[in-house]
Amino acid sequence: MPGLEDILAGFILMSLTLYVLLGGADYGAGIWYLLARGPEAHAQRQLITTAIGPIWEANHVWLILVVTLLFSAFPLAYARVSTLLHIPLTLLLTGIVLRGSAFAFRSYDVQKSPLHRFWGTLFGLSSLITAMFLGIILGTVASSNLQNPHGGFVEVFVLTWIQPFPLAVGIWTITLFAFLASTYLIHETPFPALRRLFRRKALWSLAASVMMAILVLLLTKNYAPGIGQGLLQNSTGWVFLILTLLGMLGSTAGLWTNRFHLARASAIGYVTAIIWGWGFGQYPYLIKPDLTIYNTSAPPSTLELLLFVLVAGMIVVLPSLLCLFRVFKKIQV
Amino acid sequence: MIENLLAARLLMAISLGFHIIFAVAGMAMPFLMVIAEWRYIRTGREIFRELATRWAKGTAILFAIGAVSGTVLSFELGLLWPNFMAWAGPIIGLLFSLEGFAFFTEAIFLGIYLYGWNKIPPYLHLMSGVIVTVSGVLSAFFVVLANGWMNHPVGFQLLDGLPVQIAPLATFTNPIGLHETHHMILAAFVAIGFLVAGIHAFFLLRQPENPFHQEALRIALITGGLAALLQPLSGDLLARAVATFSPIKLAALEGHFHTTSGASFWIGGIPDVSTATISYGIEIPYGLSLLLHGDPMASVQGLMDFPRQNWPPLVVVHLAFQIMIASGFILMAMSVWGFWKIWRQKCLWKSRGFLRCLVGCAPLGLIAIESGWVVTEVGRQPWIIVGIMRTTDAVTPMPGLTVPLIFFTLLYLGLAGIVLWLLHRHLTVFPQTIELSGPPPRETHARS
Repeated sequence: MPGLEDILAGFILMSLTLYVLLGGADYGAGIWYLLARGPEAHAQRQLITTAIGPIWEANHVWLILVVTLLFSAFPLAYARVSTLLHIPLTLLLTGIVLRGSAFAFRSYDVQKSPLHRFWGTLFGLSSLITAMFLGIILGTVASSNLQNPHGGFVEVFVLTWIQPFPLAVGIWTITLFAFLASTYLIHETPFPALRRLFRRKALWSLAASVMMAILVLLLTKNYAPGIGQGLLQNSTGWVFLILTLLGMLGSTAGLWTNRFHLARASAIGYVTAIIWGWGFGQYPYLIKPDLTIYNTSAPPSTLELLLFVLVAGMIVVLPSLLCLFRVFKKIQV
Repeated sequence: MIENLLAARLLMAISLGFHIIFAVAGMAMPFLMVIAEWRYIRTGREIFRELATRWAKGTAILFAIGAVSGTVLSFELGLLWPNFMAWAGPIIGLLFSLEGFAFFTEAIFLGIYLYGWNKIPPYLHLMSGVIVTVSGVLSAFFVVLANGWMNHPVGFQLLDGLPVQIAPLATFTNPIGLHETHHMILAAFVAIGFLVAGIHAFFLLRQPENPFHQEALRIALITGGLAALLQPLSGDLLARAVATFSPIKLAALEGHFHTTSGASFWIGGIPDVSTATISYGIEIPYGLSLLLHGDPMASVQGLMDFPRQNWPPLVVVHLAFQIMIASGFILMAMSVWGFWKIWRQKCLWKSRGFLRCLVGCAPLGLIAIESGWVVTEVGRQPWIIVGIMRTTDAVTPMPGLTVPLIFFTLLYLGLAGIVLWLLHRHLTVFPQTIELSGPPPRETHARS
């Protein structure tokens, strides 16, 4: 029988998953906006902004939910993470602020403004940076580098995250977000030329993400031994590795044979399996080797209320989200 | 390089001071656009639809900046004050989670509202605007309750400096928190109502016959005016709660040094700590006792009753308090003037003097909000949680906070500049008189 701590940790991981699947894809779309070239460049950018315009702010709230749940339910772990990862978190925030503002400025500035292109480029670049730092932060948490480092400023606040493993996870995150975005964007347009274009982008970014996945897995041996053992030395870990592999294969097959529903479903499965594999890989630790979900949690009275609020909140938010997506995401293959 | 604690406090102040402007716009602008759209559905006059879409566009920019600057704040609580969050998270985390869900609902339905004009039926569209407004107000309610808890911590027992027997629901019955919420929510409607009224008054001075600006002025002024008339009542309730539960803070913002019966109220003036008096102010004898207790001879506790190291910075707090009250009273007077015009003259835009005054008063509501937050935040010092944790003990060990301070200051200045510039351009392309002065369509036009 899972305890309150387990359920809340599960909720946090679920919110993070939704943030990556929805908000992450918005960052991925920003990356494709930045990379759009050639005769179809304008049409691509148009497609991207129309696709994310009505939904990016709602998708962004999953991250706020992750943060508030973390500091309500596991305040001690939150305090440690936000102290030691001050610098990458600040850079993540900078990316978030610039992405959102640039997108809003781009959308509401008059079209023929000389700054229109600048807002677009800033939107793309900041999407890239945000994805990178989100990956670095998650990678550092996974790498058990946060066990009370000692030394000077550089050792404590910089060398914890400028490490091969977090940086590799950062780049992996970029490829994953780009991959998610391109598989979704195929569904957003009726034009065959654009669909072919995003199919090709999806295949390339999938290939890049698979290579990064292998690199990250290899790096766990030396740089994140805890998570490596968690994955490779017990059966649950293997289940998630196999699910990840199935997701990769399903995405490849779907894209290759133009079965885009299969491709999108497999892409979602692929990314979800990675996140939950990581979660189970370090369960019950939030930060190895000392902080677990049990010894950092708020008292049961708080956890019970939080759970109640979460259930009530979801009852309001999930149908509303469904409405949002029904209104704006009608184009089907 | 300035001291780390000061840098952290300034960074927090700048982040809050920046966010609050967009947060109140996100709360009150949707209300204005909903009223305009409702008028459109009732009358079928295109002018109201135009008004709703234009206010919605302004809302969209302001909301986006509000959303991202709010994200910065939710992280900064931990980035700058990790010890505070570790201590308080279990008690006030619940409020932030509720606020998260309210904000979620707001973001979802704002997306539907802004992009759904032609995709959903008119009444559903109007309804999503209503949901945006309600969830915006709820969001403010939860987050201000959390601030109220810092001013008057409840819902736990202390054991060796740590909270035990935590009861997060107590934050909902916290008198300081509850009175802070209505004061803040009303302030949002006052500030945005008068800001929007001032902008349209400015254009009416140039184009007195433009019905677009006439209707805009009417909606904005009635909204801001009603809130401004209620605000002194709300402020009075809050001041009485502060006097009861946080007498040192009340004494600091009034510049009241000595415990006396029949205490005076001071208008203006600068508190002088060395002589424990107020200089250059206008004294209203018995004013403070009368205001707080309804009895001119009632006793009011003074600063001298409290240890000196627990005093907040007096000059800043007293001046900010005076600025807030002065702005509030000017706006209240403008409301009375405006309602008198509606009642007697049935017209708000004939008098150029009135329009000019409205233009001059446009920023006063926002000034009142900023100075009000200075009163509540600086007035809480030296505590981050009153009586429990000092701000010094809450700050992060991360050195060099001057760097993010400078960085975010520049970033926010830049963003503020761009937003102003965009809104300015958005405003100067308003429809002209000719486009909109055609005969109003039949009453049932929009319902068909």
